[in-house]
Amino acid sequence: MTLLERWHLDKPLLTALVILAAVSLVVLYSASGDSLSFALDDAVRLLIGFVVMIMAAQIPPETYKRWSLPLFAVGVLGLMGVLAVGAVRFGARRWIAIGPLSLQPSEFMKLLVPMALSWFFARRHLPPKLTSVAGATLLVLMPVLLIAKEPDLGTALIVLLSGLVVLFLAGIGWRTVLTVAVMALAAAPILWAHMHHYQRQRVYILFHPEADPLGAGYHAIQGMIAVGSGGLFGQGWLHSSQARLHFLPDSTTDFAFAVFCQEFGLFGNIVLLGLYLFIVYRGLRIAFAAQDSYSRLLAGSLSILFFFDVFINMGMVAGILPVVGVPLPLLSYGGTSLLIIMAGLGVLMSIHSHRRLVN
Amino acid sequence: MPHIPLKNDSQEIALFETRALTGVVIGILLVLGLLARLSYLQVVKHSYYTTLAQDNRISPIPITPARGLILDRNGVVLADDFPVFTLQVIPDRVPNMQRLLHKLKPLVALNKQDLRDFKRRLAQHKPFQSVTLRAHLSEAEAARVAVNLTRLKGAMLHARLRRYYPLGGLAVDAIGYVSRITQSEEEGQKAARYFGYHHMGQIGVERSYQKELMGRIGFKDVEMDAQGRAVRVLKRILPHAGKNLYLNIDAQMQAIGEQMLANRPGAVVALDPRTGAVLSLISSPIYDPNPFVNGIREKAYRALATNPNGPLDNRVLNGLYPPGSTIKPFYAYAALQTHWFHPKKHVMCPGYYHLPHSTHLFHCWKPLGMGRVDLKEAIEQSCDVYFYRLAFKQGIDRMTRYLTYFGFGHRTGIDLPGEYRGLVPTKAWIKASGRPWYPGQTIITGIGQGPLLVTPLQLADAVAAIANHGIRMRPEVVRGTLNPVTHRVRYIKPHAFPAIPRRRKNSLRRLIADMEQVVEGPHGTARGIAFGLPYKVAGKTGTAQLWSAAPGFNGRHLRSDALFMAFAPVTHPRIAIAVIVEHAGFGALAAAPIARALMNFYLLGHVHARPQNQSRPQTVAARTTP
Repeated sequence: MTLLERWHLDKPLLTALVILAAVSLVVLYSASGDSLSFALDDAVRLLIGFVVMIMAAQIPPETYKRWSLPLFAVGVLGLMGVLAVGAVRFGARRWIAIGPLSLQPSEFMKLLVPMALSWFFARRHLPPKLTSVAGATLLVLMPVLLIAKEPDLGTALIVLLSGLVVLFLAGIGWRTVLTVAVMALAAAPILWAHMHHYQRQRVYILFHPEADPLGAGYHAIQGMIAVGSGGLFGQGWLHSSQARLHFLPDSTTDFAFAVFCQEFGLFGNIVLLGLYLFIVYRGLRIAFAAQDSYSRLLAGSLSILFFFDVFINMGMVAGILPVVGVPLPLLSYGGTSLLIIMAGLGVLMSIHSHRRLVN
Repeated sequence: MPHIPLKNDSQEIALFETRALTGVVIGILLVLGLLARLSYLQVVKHSYYTTLAQDNRISPIPITPARGLILDRNGVVLADDFPVFTLQVIPDRVPNMQRLLHKLKPLVALNKQDLRDFKRRLAQHKPFQSVTLRAHLSEAEAARVAVNLTRLKGAMLHARLRRYYPLGGLAVDAIGYVSRITQSEEEGQKAARYFGYHHMGQIGVERSYQKELMGRIGFKDVEMDAQGRAVRVLKRILPHAGKNLYLNIDAQMQAIGEQMLANRPGAVVALDPRTGAVLSLISSPIYDPNPFVNGIREKAYRALATNPNGPLDNRVLNGLYPPGSTIKPFYAYAALQTHWFHPKKHVMCPGYYHLPHSTHLFHCWKPLGMGRVDLKEAIEQSCDVYFYRLAFKQGIDRMTRYLTYFGFGHRTGIDLPGEYRGLVPTKAWIKASGRPWYPGQTIITGIGQGPLLVTPLQLADAVAAIANHGIRMRPEVVRGTLNPVTHRVRYIKPHAFPAIPRRRKNSLRRLIADMEQVVEGPHGTARGIAFGLPYKVAGKTGTAQLWSAAPGFNGRHLRSDALFMAFAPVTHPRIAIAVIVEHAGFGALAAAPIARALMNFYLLGHVHARPQNQSRPQTVAARTTP
């Protein structure tokens, strides 16, 4: 039994994550304008992330299964608490302060919703009946609506997506999928009518970033300039003019990928994307090898959600998705979201390493 | 406990695998889409976004070159650049603004208005941009600040060249002036051409030689961050200094003419008939162009603009005068080209003339007439009746055709902007005017009245053409340009117009001899100036009468402008001159002495004539000393 096996860690997954962490340090050092202290700060955060992952890997899946619903309930209560007593920052009530920490319960929901739904479907025959689908939908909508009320539409949509992924993997009928899709399309105008001005602006700017180059379109345009000027091989490390001359906002967080694009070009992007896809692939392998439906559903949905996190961030930087505040897993300067991602990866490792010898 | 059927594991695994693989397929499609987008941005649109990134990063800062100097033909500086110091502050670099201002107080004079303006600019300034604290520091102030600059963190001494006309209003109508580029000029299509310049020539050679004077702008590419702070200079393209302009004008001669006119409204143009070089160009009264450079105060401008003597008018180019008797030699020249005209034939001048079958009388300026006169005597004494008859005989068509040969009714093409054409009642003009042309009008046109209007410049150029044996030259204010760096000199080539048609061989010599009689003859109208002249002068006086609104009179009043044109020496003319003095009565008295003084100065180097006013001309606007 190797050390890694004893610590319930998956070697290929861990290798890819360590490489990504190293890339993150390299990119953020450049994006912060050669700030060693910033890079060290990021290193500390990554380290905490890895610790969280290792801790999460020690807990067997059965425990997660048992605690799925209670944790979910706590999370929903936390969301209610945010709405009641949360701190207002940037015009939205998303944070709850516990001592020196300020937590964002909505971020936890990205993990808790798949867990709760996996638990929900694991108890039932699959494909699920329509009634259980309805029950699961209610389970998902509860946190989604609470988050949307904060307002944090971006996270609400991602939490909704996490629920839908589990529903999809659980095997709801294609007809239901189609119906939901049609209903979503029909609901779009209603959603549009209830959106905040800045949210509509973001969607509009997705299609016409040049309409407001110094206002709402600024992020999108500066991001695309950074990506486009990278070219095939990039301008080289420490040569992202967009970040170093502060044209690119959020260059260390949501737009860290843009800095990467300018410095390492299309080839760098392909390598980075390959690294992320390898993690997704490894996650799906773990899901395929899982021995019960809870683990299977959870591992599958966490892998797919990891993919979506990557895709949404990259798509946003490349200008094919609206600017929503989704960081690139591991690469962006981490906060709560990094911890959640690492915890999710820890759960994946736990699922893989806690397999019984006999099914 | 409710009945829970056994889960069918293998079926569920198969279902999960189908779904997961479907997800993988969707994922692959999304990744392909993302890669396509990234390739589009990074390969197809790469150069486009590289340009945008460069634009983001690099901003070109213009380096304004020094404007070329303007000098007279002897190297006297007429338009100069001198450094003006501005005290500027970069607020982001100042640790304590109050302390800085306190430290500056003993060094430079700062009044309340300066501080108030500074506070206002401070509130609007962009990060790391300098804010002007005081402009136009005296040299002592600039020196004091420069010495203490190390103690004054955040303060900055900025030197800029400012246009200055050291001789004030001297030759202002030829030199012109520069003034600040206004917003509308900048916004116009010229914006690109004048980018980086602060001043531009408004009138005179400052305007017409704008391109030579302004040189070529230089740039430094400065790397800027998103806040507009300069990070470093990447590249420098040095400016090309403007070329120095040497004028044909003689500043001393110009000053003599201006002094003699003594701010009476009038105009003087002196040309070298052989080349068209403009030796003097005076439009009186003159005014000081210096206040115009950085924007003249409205009150001062209004005083100039409403001055009844019109100092801002350029009379040389834009003054339209009836030429009076000065036009007679040109009609004589036209007549001399015919076979029917006999210059020696005497004509009776009884003091009046009337058209056949008409009782209307046209009077001679000498009420009792001059008796029998031939062409020589008619020019010498300026007999009107002789020229009434000549006009009747020649007809308006022939008269105006020859006037056109001498350049009347057309722009001379001088290198100054905004020249007027004047008016010659040609066939085409009469037709276009839509009014009938009466024979009587031909008669009065024959003595330079009627609709005929000329500019002083045209008159000078036309008399120069007589002096230059029928070759009219284009007047040139500028002699040449000198590149101050390479010292390469470029002369402006004289331009000759087509020779004035001449059918009779000796006609021009005869005319010149007759014009000489005006000064040298016993009855010459300008014989007063001949006394003591070591060279011979040919000329013609004129007195033009016109109704005009003159100062001090309510309504219209009959004014007489004195005119005189001349050239000298008669045998080999080196100077041709036209003088007009408004409201001055008889031409020989007011205008001829000015011409004599200038010719004396030019040909002999000193002025014999008694100047009418010894003091330097007072320019209309207050002189500013830097």
